[in-house]
Amino acid sequence: MSEATASQTTASGSDRPMIEIDHLNKWYGSFHVLRDINLTVTKGERIVICGPSGSGKSTMIRCINHLEEHQQGSIVVNGVPMTNDVKRIEQIRRNVGMVFQHFNLFPHLTVLENCCLSQIWVQKKPRAEAEKTAMEYLERVQIANQALKYPGQLSGGQQQRVAIARALCMRPEVMLFDEPTSALDPEMIKEVLDVMIELAHEGMTMLCVTHEMGFAKTVADRVIFMDQGQIIEEAPPHEFFNNPRSERTQLFLSQILGH
Amino acid sequence: MTTDSTFRTEMIEARDAPDQRRGVIGWFRANLFNGPINSIVSIVVIYLLARLIWPFLEWAVIDADWIGTTRDACTGQGACWVFISARFESIIYGFYPEAARWRVDIVFALLAILVAWLAVPKLPYKKWVALFALIGLPIIAYFLLVGGSFGLEYVPTRAWGGLMLTLTIAVLGIVGSLPLGIILALGRRSKMPFVKGICVIFIEFWRGVPLITVLFMASVMLPLFVPGNLDFDKLLRALIGIMFFWSAYMAEVIRSGLQAIGKGQTEAGQALGLNYWQRTGLIVLPQALKLVIPGIVNTFIALFKDTSLVLIIGLFDLLAIIRAGLTDSNWLGFSTEGYVFAAAVYWIFCFSMSRYSLYIERRLNTGHKR
Repeated sequence: MSEATASQTTASGSDRPMIEIDHLNKWYGSFHVLRDINLTVTKGERIVICGPSGSGKSTMIRCINHLEEHQQGSIVVNGVPMTNDVKRIEQIRRNVGMVFQHFNLFPHLTVLENCCLSQIWVQKKPRAEAEKTAMEYLERVQIANQALKYPGQLSGGQQQRVAIARALCMRPEVMLFDEPTSALDPEMIKEVLDVMIELAHEGMTMLCVTHEMGFAKTVADRVIFMDQGQIIEEAPPHEFFNNPRSERTQLFLSQILGH
Repeated sequence: MTTDSTFRTEMIEARDAPDQRRGVIGWFRANLFNGPINSIVSIVVIYLLARLIWPFLEWAVIDADWIGTTRDACTGQGACWVFISARFESIIYGFYPEAARWRVDIVFALLAILVAWLAVPKLPYKKWVALFALIGLPIIAYFLLVGGSFGLEYVPTRAWGGLMLTLTIAVLGIVGSLPLGIILALGRRSKMPFVKGICVIFIEFWRGVPLITVLFMASVMLPLFVPGNLDFDKLLRALIGIMFFWSAYMAEVIRSGLQAIGKGQTEAGQALGLNYWQRTGLIVLPQALKLVIPGIVNTFIALFKDTSLVLIIGLFDLLAIIRAGLTDSNWLGFSTEGYVFAAAVYWIFCFSMSRYSLYIERRLNTGHKR
């Protein structure tokens, strides 16, 4: 119990909150997907969200950039409250980068063009400057030598690294990762995780839905466990893994770590 | 070296790939004569083909008459192409005044140059040429063909005819129905009920009526509703009808492409902060249109062939002008030549479009899986 309070103090200890989710509720028809979610993420915090499939973890982080619409509660991103206004939503999206399970690169554009597209059209940068930024980030994810290839010519791990670079090119304040490694072959997971770990060490605010518990142990400030649309447990990794409080969490951990 | 034969200790040397190159004889042997039954079938089919094709060649080429200006030149057993060559001018220009036909030639030449420019990948300034072809050419063509300004003689559209009219209708139909179809397809997928409703009603109405009905409505019924002596040009009315009719088909072809683009593409665009028109124009449409190139070209080809239907409202397109020639008392009895020639012209245009679409598909292939 005392440790739980301690985790909350660390969360609110640093400066202003980057994301504030307050009493968030969402329904698909009559199905209650997200139940009263409360979550505050401070700048530079790294959060790993796990839970069984269908528990609403993807839906929750997709609400943060309004890929999913919520019905009740409020979301404030970097001081900007989320409304249904398109301009407001686009303003928030510019600050929030997202990496998807299936990469979602644009297959008709080269790697370089993928990274430049939104810089040119959203940030209105000149092409040369956009390309320079793109090459910088492609260099950082170690894929600059493939810049002129099309996504279809790359492996899954390479594609996901391009997707990360594409999101970083917009210089976002927050990065959302929606199961970034679950569509990858085992031997490619590491190259993507390495990039993510490096990013975490640079102080990027990250929310990451993943089942990579090793990653959670290495970089997370907090691990959040969700089930049936609720946050069941929220704790620093060592506490979460060694000393889970709820039975549901214990069961989940025994299932994914037990074999 | 161990003597254990269960395991290899060395890699097997890579072998050369099997020989894929075969000559003509090799091809015949592999595809037509690779067994007694196939050989018999092949021989029978070749025999039947020869029996069918040879008489046609005899008629169309070997025994045909090519030179002359009147019916008297038709002395051979085969086709008399003099019928075509004597009327060639009217087949191309219709009733366009002879003194002004150079204007049509200029438009033809411009069209040919622009199409070639856009078709050959190596030529530069594609964007500007395309823009000129879409905006500049129609304006130039309008002033040249209609006349009545810049000291050019006025030529009413009822004097237009032949291949020139067919191409005018086809090109304007194609250029008009594609963008209209794109807008309708996007509208039909809109979340706004009003926009969606309008598009659905438009598409379903125009798809539900036969083109002939549309043309009749345009030429006979529309003037009844238009008040007073406001005179819409008959060709213009037919053109609008054809454009609307085919844009409805085009919309459904394009919608099928839009539906094939995964939701993830839109979401990735959204996550990057792109707005609706940017996502549509930069991400969804380029992929969707590429997917449905066969369907789009299929519609173009159908449109091109169906321009011949305008003959029922009294416009003299390629086919109508040839039919008119058949009733000329000097040239009775040459309908086979006329129709074979018309078919050949249509076929050349349609086949070119089909081959070009295959070429474009290959060129745009970026080897992607989604």
